[in-house]
Amino acid sequence: MYGLINRSIQCFLRDMYGHEIWIEVSATAGLGPDGFEALLSYEDELTDKVLSAASLSLEKPVNVVLEDLGTYLVSHPNCEPLRRLLRFGGPTFTEFLYSLDDLQGRAKLAAPEIELPLLDLHENGSGNFTLYCSRGHRGFGNVFVGILRAMADDYGALVMLEHLGSKTGVENISIQILESSFAKGKSFDLGAGVAG
Amino acid sequence: MKCASPIARLENQTLDCLMPLHLLVAPTGKILHVGPTLAKLVPATPMVGMRLLELFQLRRPRNVVSMTDLAAVAGQKLYLQFRSTPHTGVKGVAVALPEQQGLLLNLSFGISVVEAVRDHNLSSADFAPTELTVEMLYLIEAKNAVMNESRNLNIRLQGARIAAEEQAFTDTLTGLKNRRALDHVLERLTNSPAEFSVMQLDLDYFKNVNDTFGHAAGDEVLQHAAAILVEETRPEDTVARAGGDEFVLVFNRLVDFEKLKSIGARIITRLEEPITYDGKPCCISGSIGVTTSAMYETADAAVMLADADNALYQSKSDGRGRVTVGLGGGNKIPDAAKQKKVS
Repeated sequence: MYGLINRSIQCFLRDMYGHEIWIEVSATAGLGPDGFEALLSYEDELTDKVLSAASLSLEKPVNVVLEDLGTYLVSHPNCEPLRRLLRFGGPTFTEFLYSLDDLQGRAKLAAPEIELPLLDLHENGSGNFTLYCSRGHRGFGNVFVGILRAMADDYGALVMLEHLGSKTGVENISIQILESSFAKGKSFDLGAGVAG
Repeated sequence: MKCASPIARLENQTLDCLMPLHLLVAPTGKILHVGPTLAKLVPATPMVGMRLLELFQLRRPRNVVSMTDLAAVAGQKLYLQFRSTPHTGVKGVAVALPEQQGLLLNLSFGISVVEAVRDHNLSSADFAPTELTVEMLYLIEAKNAVMNESRNLNIRLQGARIAAEEQAFTDTLTGLKNRRALDHVLERLTNSPAEFSVMQLDLDYFKNVNDTFGHAAGDEVLQHAAAILVEETRPEDTVARAGGDEFVLVFNRLVDFEKLKSIGARIITRLEEPITYDGKPCCISGSIGVTTSAMYETADAAVMLADADNALYQSKSDGRGRVTVGLGGGNKIPDAAKQKKVS
């Protein structure tokens, strides 16, 4: 698993639950306290060890930990660059959903070694969508549930999300847009992220 | 045979959608219509009615000063710059409108897109859906994020490398340099024209301390001796523990034997002050041998260390607690060259 993803799990635990929890989790997983380097690669097994150690320490099932991770990735100030990159997907939540098809390709442009799941969005009519999440690390569909929930907030859309479980390695997420501009979303300034 | 396409009569609205950064110019040079994003760039002044070359300066091609000149370069790549601040640069292309009605100019930000988006507070709705501007901004941000991580990784690796080097060159018990570090220092000095001297020091009666009071006492004595050696030398000198109770001191740009002997004497005096361990005094002394690069035509680290070592053994056989100057050339010390006890 690419370090960027492992590193984000580390930052999530540190930023949301404190340094001590991370020390505890890294020790349980047999990892040094320095943890992961974002630009190096690690065995998938290590990611699983960290996740189950986190589940143990936080007393939450792994899928809940993963969903919280997804929410953190979009809503925590330390992850602002990622939120911005996702907001480039489009000016509305619906357009953002359409852009998910391109997410894997976009991520590869920036970091060629990164392996994100393949996302496939199906439109069922009247604001109902199914997102198929395949070829990813098992359970990572839950991360997308968290990401989508936080992105809906970011756009000010009222959305119902449900992880429908997985069939033959493909995780299904149901998305129902109830109102696309329910609240005032967070602002997104196209040029704000470029220093200079 | 020329055939007019149905595109020839496009509504302004259609042009605005396809080319939000376009403008239509009459043959007189008067601006007739401006695309919505272009209009945002100078919000204080309505561009319609202005003359094209009042609004822009043509940077390339350079010899364009009239509408006739501009018509002549139709189809070529143009580099323009707004005359008003922030002097945004744009590139574009002009094409002739049918029936000599003037020119259509379509523009793009090119490489200045980042500044333009920031300076004019543009959003993705300001660009044609077919334009790659938003993708380009996305890539710039993604690249910056990855570069940031890369920079952090390099800083951490560099820190780890320095710490590892430091550790590899440090004697853990005393904090002095170790044998490996000493070899590096001597190699550097023997390859440079600078003069220097090498002092070998063995603690006397150290074995007694170890045997009587145990290794913990021995360790404390070594640390105490190391502190004395650091205090009695200058920051630019090198103090190394070569192993056991043997120390090597390297003095930069100092070859004066009288000075070296007085430094050695001072070190021995301080070493002979009893150290209290567990309420009991531990008494040691030191034997020193010294040589300088000035004694050799070509300074060789191994020869100098051997000479200083020979001089050190002479100090020991003469009764310890003294400084002896080496002869040079790896020779044993004859009786005549023996030094007086200095402490």
